[in-house]
Amino acid sequence: MRFIDEYRDPALGRGLTRAIADAVQPGRRYHLMEFCGGHTHAIAQHGLADLLPEAVRLIHGPGCPVCVLPVGRLDMALALARSRPDVILCTYGDLMRVPASGGDSLYTARAAGADVRMVYSTLDALAVARANPHREVVFLAIGFETTTPPTALALVQAEREGLRNLSVFCNHVLTPPAIVAILADTADAPPLDGIIGPAHVSTVIGSDAYAPCAARFGVPVVIAGFEPLDVLRAIVMLMAQINAGRATVETEYTRAVTATGNRTAQALMEQVFTVRESFEWRGLGALPASALRIRDAYAAWDAEARFSMPPRTGREHPACACGSVLRGALAPHDCRLFGRACTPERPQGACMVSSEGACAAAWTRRPRLKDARPKDTRPKAQPAAVGSGGGDS
Amino acid sequence: MNSPVRPFPPLDHTHGLVEMVHGAGGRAMTQLVREIFVTAFDTPALRRGDDTARVPIPPGRLVLTTDSYVITPRIFPGGDIGSMAVHGTVNDVAMSGAQPLYLSAGFILEEGLPLSELAWIAGTMARAAHEAGVAIVTGDTKVVERGGCDGLFITTTGVGVLTDDRVDIAGDRARPGDAILISGTLGDHGIAVMSQRENLSFDTPILSDSAALNGLVERMVAAVPDIHVLRDPTRGGLAATLNELADQSGVGMVVRETALPVRPEVRGACELLGLDPLSVANEGKLIAIVPAEHTDTLLAVMRDHPRGHHAALIGEVIADPDHIVQLETALGGRRIIDWLAGDPLPRIC
Repeated sequence: MRFIDEYRDPALGRGLTRAIADAVQPGRRYHLMEFCGGHTHAIAQHGLADLLPEAVRLIHGPGCPVCVLPVGRLDMALALARSRPDVILCTYGDLMRVPASGGDSLYTARAAGADVRMVYSTLDALAVARANPHREVVFLAIGFETTTPPTALALVQAEREGLRNLSVFCNHVLTPPAIVAILADTADAPPLDGIIGPAHVSTVIGSDAYAPCAARFGVPVVIAGFEPLDVLRAIVMLMAQINAGRATVETEYTRAVTATGNRTAQALMEQVFTVRESFEWRGLGALPASALRIRDAYAAWDAEARFSMPPRTGREHPACACGSVLRGALAPHDCRLFGRACTPERPQGACMVSSEGACAAAWTRRPRLKDARPKDTRPKAQPAAVGSGGGDS
Repeated sequence: MNSPVRPFPPLDHTHGLVEMVHGAGGRAMTQLVREIFVTAFDTPALRRGDDTARVPIPPGRLVLTTDSYVITPRIFPGGDIGSMAVHGTVNDVAMSGAQPLYLSAGFILEEGLPLSELAWIAGTMARAAHEAGVAIVTGDTKVVERGGCDGLFITTTGVGVLTDDRVDIAGDRARPGDAILISGTLGDHGIAVMSQRENLSFDTPILSDSAALNGLVERMVAAVPDIHVLRDPTRGGLAATLNELADQSGVGMVVRETALPVRPEVRGACELLGLDPLSVANEGKLIAIVPAEHTDTLLAVMRDHPRGHHAALIGEVIADPDHIVQLETALGGRRIIDWLAGDPLPRIC
């Protein structure tokens, strides 16, 4: 498949893993956070952690849209769908199984009679609204700057069509404030040596958006695509910066990312949204100027303005460590629930639901449990051309 | 067909709809059964009009299976609920190594279903049964009120006979060292159905692989009677089926990503929809687990059959107390292939 296979080529991959092994300097450790769930997914899907030397460690970051949505916001959407039989709640598939308070989820609400529908894009939500003129169609919008322009476009389109029965429950968040929060948090999280920067988000906001982070914290950022060779190459680039003592923003994903990003998409976002004073992130807490709300000019399409949606404080499983995992303070295996009360079949926290979540990714690797005896029964194959051997990270 | 039941009221095959009266046990029901099902399936046992079918059975061990079919949309590229209800059950019988002989078919119809569609679906069932060499010998029809079901649900039960005493094919017989074979490309059915649902179109249309595999199995068993396991990776795809088998047999498995046959257009659709081809359903493929020494013989037999042209050796069974199925990725890493937790859900990013 063109534009996919080239970025999964095993021979090129071996070259990059050799370059990574060669770049390791004695006594140095390379703790790299991949910010995006898309990267986390690629790393798990292609088994990339197996290919890295002991000294290079990947820490899964908070760039998984469903993972950082606080339970309270999901509770608000559920309460609306339950209390208003005229409401059709539309959202992305990833969110359907995410646990809300008291073991609820959009799936359980649907089973109990709420009209909850999974859509692939905001265009689907527009279509549902057109097809159901006597119902209230609420789009539960989540995601970073990647999914924000499509939401903006849907509202502009709704205005143009005079479509009054569509509204958006806006939970869009911004990437740079989250990166700042993680780099600033030195209390319980281990210091990071580099960041693999967002792919799709950066196509919209541009690579310049991260320059202040890199400068303020002295941590290099390399923006990488979501294919496995992108991730490996970004690691090579980050290691080169770390070894040279540099901390700048570089782009590996040059086929899609420019310094200034997509101006049209930015203008659309500016037209429809404005920055919230503060927004609660799961794991990161309340971050100033870290999320978007719908501008007053579009209040007619703002679900929070249109319906009574009192804020709710979500109840998470008391032992769920998603918050610490999202900050990189704890590894998924360190959570008491991981693999016991919390598995992909019965997730307690969002990180176990989405395949972009850190816990779901960790669940694809052996040993599955921290205290499990490492019983590697696989036949001893030649390590895949990794100079210093493929240690677990 | 020949008894003097007067039509009541006449069935309108072009514009008529299923009505509650068609399931009420009266003459209208008899008429529907005769004009649609008996006409399509056309077997002596059905024509007699009894509640039971008396059929001859060759000597051997009797094999029984039952399955229900619910699918949206009912007609999809490469198949429909009717042919699938025959193929699926024929395949379940065949996965024991047995020769499928007879099917029963139970229908739950929604009030308002067009009779023309029902007749069309009965026709595809008849064709599928004929091609697979099985007879539909008994059945049942119920009608539920509008909204009570999604158009049409079908349950088929299959009966077959296992004549060769040497054959012992079962899910708990995978042994460390065995080879894992697949009969062809993965994910065709699920992606065909999903692309219809999501209104996706591709340059090359993706067709469901829905097909009867008893002919292929017959050849395979004749060539290698010592096949340990056969199973069709339907719902949940290869991932779910291998996990089921690893669990049943108490073993682990290693599958090589580079050996998995997936059509480029199916891979493309999976990329687009955020799905993993390993978890997407198939309706005309089988997994065979055999002692490694039979690999070449069996592969040759499979590739020689129209349903097995793209057969491939995809991995092997290993000893593993945790019964984990692992994938060796093209890049040389490993990941665990897990059971699917719920429906495959598309990712956001």
